[in-house]
Amino acid sequence: MIESDAFVQSLQDMGVNFFTGVPDSILGGIIAELMDRRLYTPAVREDEAVAMAAGAYMGGKIPAVLMQNSGLGTSLNTLISLNVIYRQPCILIVSWRGQGGKDAPEHLVMGEVMPQFLDTMKIPYRTLTEKTANEDFKWMAGTFMKQRIPLALFITKGVVKGLHP
Amino acid sequence: MRPEQGTLISRAQAMAALLELLTDQPLIVCNGFPSREVQKMADRPTHFYMIGSMGNAPAIALGVALAKPHKQVVTFDGDGNVLMGMGTLATVGALKPKNFIHVVFDNEVYGTTGNQPTISNVVPLDKVAKAAGYVNVERVLDREDLIYEFKDLLKKDGPSMLLIKVNEFAEDAGRVVLDPPEITQRFMKAIE
Repeated sequence: MIESDAFVQSLQDMGVNFFTGVPDSILGGIIAELMDRRLYTPAVREDEAVAMAAGAYMGGKIPAVLMQNSGLGTSLNTLISLNVIYRQPCILIVSWRGQGGKDAPEHLVMGEVMPQFLDTMKIPYRTLTEKTANEDFKWMAGTFMKQRIPLALFITKGVVKGLHP
Repeated sequence: MRPEQGTLISRAQAMAALLELLTDQPLIVCNGFPSREVQKMADRPTHFYMIGSMGNAPAIALGVALAKPHKQVVTFDGDGNVLMGMGTLATVGALKPKNFIHVVFDNEVYGTTGNQPTISNVVPLDKVAKAAGYVNVERVLDREDLIYEFKDLLKKDGPSMLLIKVNEFAEDAGRVVLDPPEITQRFMKAIE
């Protein structure tokens, strides 16, 4: 299991210096660490978070947005009619609720279709694992610089330490 | 027809007056006619014209304001846009960025799609902003007042909202001509 502080430190080492989002239980440890470091600006909806990140990017920041995968649905229009067409990159840290069909009913459909959903939107993604973490971070930095569009890192349950291990 | 409609100025007249008072402040303009009209009247590299992502103009402006705390950031917004992203009034009110000025041109209709009514005739958006925690909130109906109030807000710590009741008239203004990536690059360079 990756420690939350190590995860946040790796993002900071990559140059990420603007964090916003809407919480999820899987992301609880990461958000607590970001708040400890006074780095987190809370949003009330995921599309708002994505738009704030776009503004921060244009103001010279490297932004990351944390959200539950349900938030991908909420922020779909902003992601494609703002970030993608204007070439405004951001790192989406997305918790994969409903993965493998084991979760509350409201998470099951998005949990199943999320990869195809991002394929359709042409948003690149990768799933974080402890073994591949170094490569995952390198992939994020490279894709951010090269493609200048949003990219997603999926966080599955138990990969990064949560609030209640 | 609304009782006050006959005496109101147009959004473009109100915008023209405000653009004269702005210099190099980053300005984020919402989608629809507002972006087209600003582009036609005074195109500046410090302008970011939104063409999609309705409801997100103040969130983009908030991101810029947080990234550039020493620059006063202005957003031109509409009533339909504010209603769509009303949660952002709460985010702004809670964060209280001092360098944030939210101008709302309230014509009570979705102008770009054919003047269908919004609900801002019965929901006073300035009062919503005040309740959400905006520090300065002004509602104006005519040109003299809007110039006076905007000058005053430029001198004050925000977050501030200037809500201007305007009529439904829209200028004959073409679509935003710059490519979106070009708008991003030009804006980033201009506010560096």
